[in-house]
Amino acid sequence: MSEPRQQKSDGPTNLSDLREARLEEIRQHAQRAALQPAPKLDGLTLHASPETGYYEMPILKKPQWKSEIPLYFFCGGTAGASAVIAAIAGITGSDERLARDARALAAIGGIVSPALLIADLGMPSRFLNMFRVFKFQSPMSVGSWTLMAFSSNTAAAAFLSTWQQRFSLAKPFRILQTAAQLISALTGAVVSSYTGVLVGATAIPVWNQNAAILPLHFAASGMAAAGGLLELRGHNSPALNAIGLITSLGESAVGVSIELRKNHALKPLKSGSSGWLTRIGGFFSGPLPLILRLLSFGAASNRKKKLRKIAAASAVAGSLATRFAWTHAGSVSAKDTPLLLHGASNALAQKH
Amino acid sequence: MTVTAFLTDSTLCIGCKACEVACKEWNQVPGDGFIWSGNSYDNTGALGHSTWRHVKFVENGVTPGLGGNSPEAFSWGFSSDVCKHCENAGCLEACPTGAIVRTEFGGVFVQPDVCNGCGYCVVACPFGVIEKDEQDGRAFKCTFCYDRQRDGLHPACASVCPTESIKFGNLDDLRAEAHGRIEKLKSMGFDDVQLYDPVDSSVAGTHAIFIVRGDPGTYNMPPKPEVPTIYLRKGWTSAAIASGLMLAATLFAFLGGRRA
Repeated sequence: MSEPRQQKSDGPTNLSDLREARLEEIRQHAQRAALQPAPKLDGLTLHASPETGYYEMPILKKPQWKSEIPLYFFCGGTAGASAVIAAIAGITGSDERLARDARALAAIGGIVSPALLIADLGMPSRFLNMFRVFKFQSPMSVGSWTLMAFSSNTAAAAFLSTWQQRFSLAKPFRILQTAAQLISALTGAVVSSYTGVLVGATAIPVWNQNAAILPLHFAASGMAAAGGLLELRGHNSPALNAIGLITSLGESAVGVSIELRKNHALKPLKSGSSGWLTRIGGFFSGPLPLILRLLSFGAASNRKKKLRKIAAASAVAGSLATRFAWTHAGSVSAKDTPLLLHGASNALAQKH
Repeated sequence: MTVTAFLTDSTLCIGCKACEVACKEWNQVPGDGFIWSGNSYDNTGALGHSTWRHVKFVENGVTPGLGGNSPEAFSWGFSSDVCKHCENAGCLEACPTGAIVRTEFGGVFVQPDVCNGCGYCVVACPFGVIEKDEQDGRAFKCTFCYDRQRDGLHPACASVCPTESIKFGNLDDLRAEAHGRIEKLKSMGFDDVQLYDPVDSSVAGTHAIFIVRGDPGTYNMPPKPEVPTIYLRKGWTSAAIASGLMLAATLFAFLGGRRA
């Protein structure tokens, strides 16, 4: 500082030269300092970088749904599929006792499902706001309306059928009953599968990367649970066994496709606690009931019943675990910042 | 009504957090608690139900001439984050009650008297902005100071910013201004400045654009934000096939069973 002041009398040209010289000195000092690596503090490795993002903070918010929502996925899926079984068992007239129990299962599920959804709302008193508008672009809106139609028609079908069995129904009521049964089955199929659309059309990578599989997966899971619960109720029906076979085959295919696809976004389905839950759910939904049912074909009547009951219980447990597994995987997936920053292929390359 | 926007120029930000404070004061947003994150000077972490403006603190390496008076000091990067107010907004599309609406200024606004706290918007936002307040039950995010804009005022954060790092105005004007500013910064030797304005993704542009130095990923700005409605076609096609298969398989099971 004192140096330029002393030289001041020598004239302005000299002063500007000195300024330039001092600036050059600072530049060289800065260059030397820059060549030294920044001090690394082990244990305090969190930082902001293009690779890890901002202090490894998640970019996305994780789902804030409580356990009511995966429970609803199970309940709604089971109820919807049960309504389909009830209608078709009724129309084909193959097993009236089975149709009656399936109607009851669907009606119970149709009451429990909206109750679970309302319980999960931040403001349950405002549940009727779901019916302020209808938005096709919101699967939650489409689902709310469909579930309302499903629950009311399923309850009506169950009530009218019980009335008909106890007493009798006048013709207009019988038309009403058939209509309710039909609407219940059609909306039931949608209730079973739309939850896959709901979860798929989100920003969560593990969900949206399975947008095409989830509705099929959830429908099969609901179908398996409905058939399984009816078998556990004591129905030893070849039709229910066929449903069990088809769904366990489908669930095995879903499991294989998840395991074979090399998409980094699917990591939460293959590792960690969510991975374990997915695999356990998948095993109880797919291979285990499939093998048990195949074994039952060659078994004696008593053993056959037992094997099918175990297969049924396995499918119900598998369906429940699967719904929780997918919800949990969504929470894990929301934290995958490198995936969102670099895309599936690059994030995979980075990890390995 | 003009279509308004924010231009947040991180090269002008000094990390004072006046925007966070002004936002909380004007909108009466609850506190976040006293949490010491250890992530530089950032103790609010991320945008959420009680943080509608969020200043990010990035500690860059030592860059000659940018570390202030001491050449050994690292250089700072600050950037004030906010709801992007997407052109195709995931939260707005997902909302089943119609609580989330588009305002006459082009912003995305959650009507607190309609929201019932279903939480679907939370998973629909590609920027992780909107969040449900577990205590209150409803979802909250930046309102774009809709009340102030209606009265011809600028949003609280932009009004209070001491360095004009947060600019508010007509979207097209701000885009032009941003390009001019980037030209100027580049001519000054800041080669790594860029505009974060995701017009080429399915969100089709936002009402909050940012000038940042280096990779926007450092500030957790996703390079390819997607509005989740793009997955609807796949989903509903699959659901239609699933419904058909359910009916067909059940019919097959019962008819086959009758024959057996």
